[in-house]
Amino acid sequence: MSTAYALRDSTTMLRRQLRRALRYPVTIYVVVVVPIVLLLLFVYVFGGTLGAGLDAGLGEGSGGRAEYVNYVVPGILLMAVALSSQGAAISVAMDMSEGIIARFKTMAIARVSVLTGHVLSNVVQTMLGLVIVIGVALLIGFRPTAGPVEWLAVIGVLTMITFAITWFSVGCGLAAKSVESASNLPTPLILLPFLGSGFVPTDSMPAGLSWFAENQPFTPFGETLRGLLMGTPIGNSGLLTVAWCVAITLVCYLWAKLLYNRDPTR
Amino acid sequence: MNSTSIPAISTRGLRKSYGDKLVLDGIDHQVPEGTIYALLGPNGAGKTTMVQILSTLIGADSGEVRIAGHDPATDPDAVRAVIGVTGQFSAVDNFLTGEENLILMADLHHLPKEEGRRRANELLEQFDLVEAGKQRPSTYSGGMRRRLDLAMGLVGAPRIVFLDEPTSGLDPRGRHTMWEIIRELAADGITIFLTTQYLEEADRLADRIAVLDRGVLVAEGTADELKRLAPGGHISLRFTDPTELESAASALGETSRDDDDLTLQIPSDGGVRSLRALLDQLDHQSIEVEALTVHTPDLDDVFFALTGHPTSEEETS
Repeated sequence: MSTAYALRDSTTMLRRQLRRALRYPVTIYVVVVVPIVLLLLFVYVFGGTLGAGLDAGLGEGSGGRAEYVNYVVPGILLMAVALSSQGAAISVAMDMSEGIIARFKTMAIARVSVLTGHVLSNVVQTMLGLVIVIGVALLIGFRPTAGPVEWLAVIGVLTMITFAITWFSVGCGLAAKSVESASNLPTPLILLPFLGSGFVPTDSMPAGLSWFAENQPFTPFGETLRGLLMGTPIGNSGLLTVAWCVAITLVCYLWAKLLYNRDPTR
Repeated sequence: MNSTSIPAISTRGLRKSYGDKLVLDGIDHQVPEGTIYALLGPNGAGKTTMVQILSTLIGADSGEVRIAGHDPATDPDAVRAVIGVTGQFSAVDNFLTGEENLILMADLHHLPKEEGRRRANELLEQFDLVEAGKQRPSTYSGGMRRRLDLAMGLVGAPRIVFLDEPTSGLDPRGRHTMWEIIRELAADGITIFLTTQYLEEADRLADRIAVLDRGVLVAEGTADELKRLAPGGHISLRFTDPTELESAASALGETSRDDDDLTLQIPSDGGVRSLRALLDQLDHQSIEVEALTVHTPDLDDVFFALTGHPTSEEETS
């Protein structure tokens, strides 16, 4: 009986979460404010030098800051997605600390809807945040070559990545013993865009690091987005992105479900 | 009792332990439909664990549990469909207003939108929360929070309501309001299972009371039946001077006397017959009594009598 209502209960829980988000807008803050600050920092402070570095291999030497904006935006978008995980983890941990979760567990509703409500709400908020970040990027000189089809693909890829990362952060929020530790657990995730091709090409890194950078999920994520937005070659990054997202979603969904159903009285 | 023969709640040999700590040790009891049942016990007796098991929140280690005939272990959703739960710790969403909380519950009970709104407004009115309904619970008093909490448990029109310490932490007025509400629910035919540390509360509300101590039901019955288990009923006589006290003491035989207070205590069940016999005897001997008080054992006496001693002693009566 309860599974038949899974969709309806999830929608109800999504509505609940969005309302909560309006009143305690932690996610939208980390998804919008921090990435924009980083974007401005990277473009205006580091951009001149980093942009020149990008061009060294191409021999043209003209790019500099303008070129770097186009290079760094996919990295910034991924940074925003990674940061959203912190908001989601905090929001889940806060929710779990309240008595209402025990009430939900004594009601004949689809159990997992509490979690899907969190996930969907975080995806919606993150996508809204990304629109704002892209808007700012366009204002400071981001000039993507993507057509309508590529833009649709960008939206699809970002949604898929956010969905996967959010299940991971929901797991973190459930695993955390307190709201404070929930905000720390996903921190390593925020480093991943830096340790990939998000901000500088991986071949400029030392050997060990460059191996890690090339084999962690944020590099194919970034290459796929960059390819779609700027027309750079995507290669097998698209396939890797889908594979990573499916794997992360599946594992983290099962992990989160297990945590949610363990000793409910804690 | 009415119609159905299936008890609202029944357990047989219910056991639960956390690690090597036995929290519930073989609970057998039955709650007939439409009655108020109070589980009375001190902190740590296992009351909350009991509610958590009965309301499908946790599983039992062994024993048989039936809620309206359904087994929470094999068919939890059937149980969840007929119960409402108000826990010891407030189970409201603090980011939603009172009204939004109730509508959330209506949505989760899959009521149509209009009906959900109507139900929410009905409950706001019934629980005197109409004004507060537009506010968030963080602005509420303890009593209001508790009322909202209870109202949320009633949105789905449950047949059985679990209340874990419904009045703990409330001021006397809030407590009386809550008692009124609980009586009204029972009058509507809802079965109430409540836990409490307050003897007065159990005495005033419950049709039957079970006393839980360290995971064991040490007594069960109506308030009157339980009171009969406890010694301590007596008649106290006060005299104006020591000679009256002296003559009364010798006339009445085995009593406990207090020479400083000029009082005598005569064991008694507090009934009219024994009282009359005592007065006749005093009259007959022309003994002047200044004041007389009858002390019947209350649940406090029962509680201490039952939990202060090994169980077996008390059960013999």
